[in-house]
Amino acid sequence: MDKNKIIELKGIFKEYNGEQVLKGIDLDIHDKEFVTFLGPSGCGKTTTLRIIGGFVTPDSGDVLFNGRRVNDVPPYKRAVNTVFQKYALFPHLNVYENVAFGLRLKKEKESVIAAKVAEMLDLVNLRGFEKRSVSLLSGGQQQRVAIARALCNEPKVLLLDEPLGALDLQLRKEMQIELKKIQQRLEITFIYVTHDQEEALTMSDTVVVMNGGVIQQIGTPQDIYNEPVNAFVAKFIGESNILPGIMHEDYKVEFAGDNFECVDKGFRHLEPVDVVIRPEDITICPPSDKVINGLVESVLFKGVHYEIMVRAYSDLWKIHSTKAPEVGSVVGIDFTPEDIHIMRKMESSEDYAALEHLNEQRAGTGEEAGTVE
Amino acid sequence: MRKLTNRIYIGLVFLFLYIPIFVLIANSFNASKSRTVWTGFTFDWYVKLFHNETILGSLLNTLIIALVASVAATLLGTLAAIGIYNMKKVTRTIVMNISYLPIINPEIVTGVSLMLLFVAMKIELGYVTLILAHITFCVPYVILNVLPKLRQMDRNLYEAALDLGCTPTLAFRKVVIPEIMPGIMTGFLMSITYSIDDFVISYFTHGATSQTLPITIFSMTRRKVSPEVNALSAILFVVILAIMIIMNVSEMRKLPEDQRRRAAKAAKKGGRA
Repeated sequence: MDKNKIIELKGIFKEYNGEQVLKGIDLDIHDKEFVTFLGPSGCGKTTTLRIIGGFVTPDSGDVLFNGRRVNDVPPYKRAVNTVFQKYALFPHLNVYENVAFGLRLKKEKESVIAAKVAEMLDLVNLRGFEKRSVSLLSGGQQQRVAIARALCNEPKVLLLDEPLGALDLQLRKEMQIELKKIQQRLEITFIYVTHDQEEALTMSDTVVVMNGGVIQQIGTPQDIYNEPVNAFVAKFIGESNILPGIMHEDYKVEFAGDNFECVDKGFRHLEPVDVVIRPEDITICPPSDKVINGLVESVLFKGVHYEIMVRAYSDLWKIHSTKAPEVGSVVGIDFTPEDIHIMRKMESSEDYAALEHLNEQRAGTGEEAGTVE
Repeated sequence: MRKLTNRIYIGLVFLFLYIPIFVLIANSFNASKSRTVWTGFTFDWYVKLFHNETILGSLLNTLIIALVASVAATLLGTLAAIGIYNMKKVTRTIVMNISYLPIINPEIVTGVSLMLLFVAMKIELGYVTLILAHITFCVPYVILNVLPKLRQMDRNLYEAALDLGCTPTLAFRKVVIPEIMPGIMTGFLMSITYSIDDFVISYFTHGATSQTLPITIFSMTRRKVSPEVNALSAILFVVILAIMIIMNVSEMRKLPEDQRRRAAKAAKKGGRA
């Protein structure tokens, strides 16, 4: 490990009312890292965050802070602070008192508190709002107060539970950039929970994709997007065409009724696989024998590009292009070997054994699986 | 046209509601003991009232009992509400229904059963039994007012307090209590009102030396309605009206615009059904 681990989760299991919410979470989080838990609702990402915050005790497994086990340490003794989804500002206190709350508990001198609160309000661009009632602030402003309040305690790790979920798109984009800036300036660890894949890709150093209480993939945003380990990740991160295929040998795969050259290896002979091709990686060309030919079924204008649906045999391809072919015309579907991503087939997205196997293999090829770099 | 009929209708409703009180107030200034003939204006009944030891004694009783019972009921009721709030769903439903039962239960049943209980336990009827009885029927009203406040509260508030370094007790004091304070206050004021108001239950649980005002008035009217009672009732009405106005005005001044609307809503909910 070149960087020091600040939080380690080891074999975390958690059950609610007979439902297994977390099924063995193993995760290392490093100092000064921006980590995002990404997944659909009910995937266990918030529960994982609450376990780190100390609001939920895992049924089994260990939570370590700087190598020390903290399973039984209550939230008020942990060096983490949380920005809650609905802000959870104290309505009976004004902006200043909300931000000063943690410092007052530490019995700091008034002059120290005033200086710190001013610094924090400066950080979140809310100078001059000290005396305002929090219930009179807009959603974005409340969000900023919540961040200032959590940061005022100088936590080693800041937990953020879908903090931008209630904001409109424009504001959300601004806050994403601002949060990233704050994290870099303060040089602390951010653990961020979201179901918005774009948000995760924009802000994170490391993305942890979760589904069904299991970590599906851990990696940089580029890794996650370009090299999804399974169909779930590919589908959840961006759009993709997922086609059934058969691996004939290294660098040779059969799908959509043809053989293709690819860049993947290490599969069994004739192993069934999932083939993922991103819609934006496909080029539309004149129909020919060298490519897959298909009939244009629909063209949808999406702003930056057109979304074109092309039917070729039984497969329906989604293609993103800035040029729109005519509906009903025949076109060629072209892509390079690098655009083909081969993934081991899984019984279901929750097939833990398959994922394990895949992780082992990735570990074997020099990449570290199950850990965050 | 429509507006006019609306106004007349509202006027009639208010007239219907308030005429008895105005008749009473008018009568309290009537020089004649008769309730039907107006013979002249006088303050005599008010003067006599303040020299009537029985009435003043029972007024003091009423106030002491109301205060003690309300404080106790507010404490008990608030704690109960927090307990109920944190229960599992099934238990919560059961416990809530049990605690609401005294409200639906006919007062006379509550009164008689309390009396039987006190007699069976050999507690002498008097101050203690009155206070206990009043606590009993006030607690549900406090629960009824505090529980919705707890439900409205963002559960994360408590966690946020823990997160920022509060121990559970401190988080409760610094965050939960201020949040549910309006409910606690409403519960307390309602308890006071009901306690002062109560006749039936007090009737069965009071002793010879611990008469409350309603009981005294009742026993006075049984013989003949003394105009002193009119004077007393008029004073009570005016005092209550004044308290209400002061409370509302101070609330309005204190709260910023958006909370004013919320307070208005809460007040509506808190009113007696």
